[in-house]
Amino acid sequence: MKSGRQSKAASLPPHSKFVALVIVLVFSFAAVAQKKSSCIECHIKLDDTRLSAPAKLFDNDIHKSRGLSCNDCHGGDPNADTKEGAKDPSKGYLGKPKTLDIPAYCGKCHSDANLMKRFNPALRVDQEKEYYTSVHGKLLREKGETRVATCISCHSVHGIRAPGDPLSSVYPANVAETCSKCHASADYMKPFGIPSDQYEKYKTSVHANAIYVKQDLSAPTCNDCHGNHGAAPPGIASVANVCGQCHARQAELFQTSPHKAAFDQNQLAECITCHSNHAILKPNDQMIGTQQGALCVNCHSNGDKGFAAAGMMRTRIDELIAGIDKSTAILNQAERKGMEVSKPKFDLKGATDALTHARVLIHSSSTAEVDKVVAPGLEVATKGYQAGLEALGEWKFRREGLAVSLVFILFLAFLVYLKIRQIESRPS
Amino acid sequence: MRIDPLKNWLDERLSLSSLAALADEKEVPQHRQTIWYYFGGMTLFLFAVQVATGILLLLYYRPSSENAFESVQFIITEVKFGWLIRSIHSWSANLMIATLFIHMFSVFFLRAYYPPREITWLSGAVLLFLVICFGFSGYLLPWNKLAFFATKVGTEIAGVVPIVGRPALRFLRGGDDVTGATLTRFFGFHVAVLPATATIFIAIHVLLVQLHGMHVPKKYEASYQRMKFFPNFMLRDLIGWILAIGVLAALAALFPWELGEKADPFAPAPAGIKPEWYFLFMFQTLKWIPAKILGLDGEVLGIMAFNLIALLLFAVPFIDRDPENRRRHLIFNICGVLALLYIVAMTIVGYVAK
Repeated sequence: MKSGRQSKAASLPPHSKFVALVIVLVFSFAAVAQKKSSCIECHIKLDDTRLSAPAKLFDNDIHKSRGLSCNDCHGGDPNADTKEGAKDPSKGYLGKPKTLDIPAYCGKCHSDANLMKRFNPALRVDQEKEYYTSVHGKLLREKGETRVATCISCHSVHGIRAPGDPLSSVYPANVAETCSKCHASADYMKPFGIPSDQYEKYKTSVHANAIYVKQDLSAPTCNDCHGNHGAAPPGIASVANVCGQCHARQAELFQTSPHKAAFDQNQLAECITCHSNHAILKPNDQMIGTQQGALCVNCHSNGDKGFAAAGMMRTRIDELIAGIDKSTAILNQAERKGMEVSKPKFDLKGATDALTHARVLIHSSSTAEVDKVVAPGLEVATKGYQAGLEALGEWKFRREGLAVSLVFILFLAFLVYLKIRQIESRPS
Repeated sequence: MRIDPLKNWLDERLSLSSLAALADEKEVPQHRQTIWYYFGGMTLFLFAVQVATGILLLLYYRPSSENAFESVQFIITEVKFGWLIRSIHSWSANLMIATLFIHMFSVFFLRAYYPPREITWLSGAVLLFLVICFGFSGYLLPWNKLAFFATKVGTEIAGVVPIVGRPALRFLRGGDDVTGATLTRFFGFHVAVLPATATIFIAIHVLLVQLHGMHVPKKYEASYQRMKFFPNFMLRDLIGWILAIGVLAALAALFPWELGEKADPFAPAPAGIKPEWYFLFMFQTLKWIPAKILGLDGEVLGIMAFNLIALLLFAVPFIDRDPENRRRHLIFNICGVLALLYIVAMTIVGYVAK
């Protein structure tokens, strides 16, 4: 059975359908006509690239994809056919904003929660507010310093892309390079009295390796530690909180360790004192202990409690590493001989996990805590070694068993052969 | 003697004395090609090894995608001599296919399919395909990575056959993809359908050999000696079987059959994946065959060609039935030698090729 609506449509006279089609076409044309932008039409033809570039870039701009046009930011009349008409101040034409006005210019929409809901309800609307808490924002507002970064310095202008777009200047893999445009320039940074080697150092770090080589976009880049709109260097007191966003367990252990009070007392920034800041290298076991090159001896000396603890923790970790290596070697040897050792090899991962855990527990500076995981790890490693020994013993047993069996088999075949000879030597 | 009453009791019921008389009468021709007679018995012996070791493996094997790999791992690591049984089962399967090929080619070249032995040949050809099916179905059962992808490729090849290919593929896989359903199905084929069918055809094959006796090549018909089947030939067979056990034990101990990694349907196929050696010549042919031949799909044509050759194999005793036709003999010899050379060459190429 047809629905009422279908029946009604079917019952319309043929000329009504034609009229409906004309109406649709007229409205579509009107909609297209409304999208006219004399700004783009003129600017794109201009020889001066400073003036034509915005029109060209805007084609890929996220605002354009959301139906916005030049006049939504700059005001004016996009339907006017003359320059004067388009830039008519009475039509709200604003022109190019001054650097000082840029945050408010963007904030006109981006700080308006009701407006932003129409485009992206999940998008925050406190960027402008946060910006004025940043070093950039403070210098701009309080000192009128226009060389600082504003919205367009990082997000670009006219060709603005969504942060998730790999071509965006604020895409995670592009952030460091975007910041480096100013922060890696010694000349540009000179008036502000801050170093310009952060980008070079960052590129050597374990974080940069994760983001550039392993393509791990969750790895931290500049804004993950410094903030984005509210960018500022974390203070000594807040460094641990910043690192602890990702390295939560290490941060938690450090807070309960004897180091916490000592670092606070000596005004030392927590994590970076040992791990550095921008050039954070992949941690290794050489960093702990009492040998030359270990970080612990920078503060501790022979005879103090920390010195002994550092030495002990290193010893226990080395023991576990040696146990794992020994077990791995014997299991690999058995595997090469054709023995099935995948299960003990899998079980040995328990020791490797313990080693990882022990390396984290170092942040507690407690030998007892480290030992709580090293001891079971060593037990697993010993079991792996035993399994390897058994596999090699089994391999030997098989060879010896084969030799005995072959002697027996050949002897049996020989006996049958003798029987045949005996039968066939008889007169038939 | 104490054994006599039992012997008499059994004789009355089973007529053992007439069977013994029959065995006593049975003779085997003795000439320069007698050696080839032993390969049929050797294949049968290896089949018996397969049955025995297969039953032992069944005690622990669990046919599901969740448990198959782990159960085989358990067999070879935890079960006493489980490694030996599993390795012997795998090696014996391969040796059985090798001796079966030797047996088939020796029968072909010695013309042992001449009348009245056509049905013996036909039952043998059926057994050849059954054994290949045994190999194909058994290969998947450990549910390891190589087996998984080899089965995927193998069943895909079956699916290329026009008209029946797609339904055959779905029937073999138990769906569109190789899954746990395929494993269960292959297990059913491997331990029930194929053994039952093979037993019937082995019985027919062996009975027909008893009925017609061993074939004597024309060249030796004029003068050849005879050897008693029991005990002379039987004891010689026994030496071969004992030595086969030795070879199997050595292979199992020195080159235990690998288990590999558990199959992961979501992992990419490993590079350079190859089927078992007895499928390599076909696999290599399909790799080399041009994509298009006279506008037709090359792979489909290749598969159809292999199907045609299989049909020709069945038709051999009906095409070449005149022992006096020397021209046809020559053609058959040339075809046989070329087929043998092709299989050997393509298998070697398949092994060497990356």
